[in-house]
Amino acid sequence: MADIVVEQGRLVRAASPRKRASLQNVLGRKSTVAFFLTLPLILLIVLLVLYPAFYSVYLATLNKAMTKFVGLGNFTFLFKRETFWMVVRQSCIFAITAVVFKALIGFIVAHFVHNIPGKKQRKWRGMLLVPWVIPPAMSTLAWLWLFDPSYSAFNYTLSFFGVGPIPWLGDTFWARFSVILVNVWYGAPFFLIMYLAALKSVPDQLYEAASIDGANWWQKIWHITLPMMRNIIAITTLFSLIVTFANFDIVRILTSGGPLDRTHLFATWAFQVGIQSSDIPLGACVSLFMVPILAVAAIFILRDVNKRGNEA
Amino acid sequence: MSTLAIDKAGPTRKVKLSSMSRDRTWALRWSYFFLVLFAIFFLTPPAYMLITSLKSSAEISAATNPWWVFHPTLSNYVELLTSNQFLRFFWNSSMISIIVVIVTMLISIPAAFALARMKFWGSATLATGVFLTYLVPDSLLFIPLFKMLAVIQEFTGVTLLNRWYVLVFIYPTLTVPFCTWIMIGYFASIPKELDEAAIIDGASWLQTLTRIFIPVALPGLIAATIFAFTVSWAQFLYPLVFTTSIDQLVLPVGITTTLIKGDVFNWGQIMTGALLGAAPPLVIYAFLMDYYIAGLTAGATKG
Repeated sequence: MADIVVEQGRLVRAASPRKRASLQNVLGRKSTVAFFLTLPLILLIVLLVLYPAFYSVYLATLNKAMTKFVGLGNFTFLFKRETFWMVVRQSCIFAITAVVFKALIGFIVAHFVHNIPGKKQRKWRGMLLVPWVIPPAMSTLAWLWLFDPSYSAFNYTLSFFGVGPIPWLGDTFWARFSVILVNVWYGAPFFLIMYLAALKSVPDQLYEAASIDGANWWQKIWHITLPMMRNIIAITTLFSLIVTFANFDIVRILTSGGPLDRTHLFATWAFQVGIQSSDIPLGACVSLFMVPILAVAAIFILRDVNKRGNEA
Repeated sequence: MSTLAIDKAGPTRKVKLSSMSRDRTWALRWSYFFLVLFAIFFLTPPAYMLITSLKSSAEISAATNPWWVFHPTLSNYVELLTSNQFLRFFWNSSMISIIVVIVTMLISIPAAFALARMKFWGSATLATGVFLTYLVPDSLLFIPLFKMLAVIQEFTGVTLLNRWYVLVFIYPTLTVPFCTWIMIGYFASIPKELDEAAIIDGASWLQTLTRIFIPVALPGLIAATIFAFTVSWAQFLYPLVFTTSIDQLVLPVGITTTLIKGDVFNWGQIMTGALLGAAPPLVIYAFLMDYYIAGLTAGATKG
């Protein structure tokens, strides 16, 4: 009897044979459960990612004391500064060179590791991934010490080959070279692991068929390996481009942007301007210049990841 | 006739095979040769950390062969491990990383479950949004977050800047999106029949999650945990911006700011500190390598 009363109380369409009170029904409904399960995630994204992102745009339109709206004043100010254009150029050089070398070294080493049979392969792989595991701030300290002007272990070794002391971090060219080198060292193992996983997924029959047809190693790479790995190469490269472009740790510890601001990236310069010189609006403005490149890379990654999802 | 043909084909085939296997041996030798070269490149900095950490200051400034330890000593380790300041950094880092891992799991597991199994209004958009959030770098948000914290501090009177616990709120922005993303993948790979059977047997959504999804997707869970831990342990920019007092610093920032005093570099201690700071992720990696790598490669696939 009681059940019937409850059911009559509700809308006819909602009436279901289940015997539950209506509040319990609402709580048990799939969309309600889903809402509560995702609520913390949504709050986190909205409050600590989306809101700061828009807040950053707002901050970028204020004057240094943050009392007055100056519109695009900070942007036009940056356009007139030589350092800004240097940072733009250095960020692009840094990111592109580093990603290209990371991808190349990762690709080559992945092939060597792939050649090693069975159990030994695991050991090599484990050893070669170590740079990626060490926190970059810690390993960059080791590089700083290797580059040390008076006790440089590199210069010590090079002196045996008659190569004079190299000012690793003191000279513009070498400082740029050094930050890229450290970034390649840190990031190449990531490419290695991604490519190794991709190589394993290429069926052996394809290579066997190619061998029978008389293909040489280059043709095998060009016509089998690269097309089969195209998607993973694209995703990894774009992802690394974002991370490298937004890099902070390595340049900050190694050179702090020096010599003469020549190695500054967007992140390190924004830190110097916004936090150290406490010009928050200008700093926000500098870091906002990363957005266009990050957005383009993100769109392409998303496309590729979705494609990959459909393939599987 | 036909037997003759086979006889002819036999030897040639054999020759070809042996030449192929000879090629393979050579390929293997060259692979080893280049792998050794690359291993030297990849392992020089950590090895050099270890070498320097075993030297006394006197030996370092004597500028003898930097690649060899003539008088090994553990004094750097003893000094750091008995220094309250260094132990404080270690403590701060550990507390933050552990809390962040717990918070991350509490947020991302339920969310991933909902996104993987309950198709609701906007679920696809939210999944895409999660992935995009993962691509937002820390260097884009540190300035507005800094200002936000300062404003909140001013309004409420609660001290947020220069306190280690504020990092517990900030770090999940780096860990939750990726963990949610890979958990969606792991959850989606669980056969639908499994949870349908549970629902039919009268299990609630929450019971399906705790009794079926979490146990079955345990490898993914471990991979996500490792990721969250290593990311929070290694984070450098946020603590550098948000904390300044020595007792509030985390390990990476503490080592770079306190051990480097002006122009005086006590390299033996810096390298020891760096090595000790790198130890927890390295130990985890050494024992759980397969999970670590699974987590690394899972990010590039859609669930």
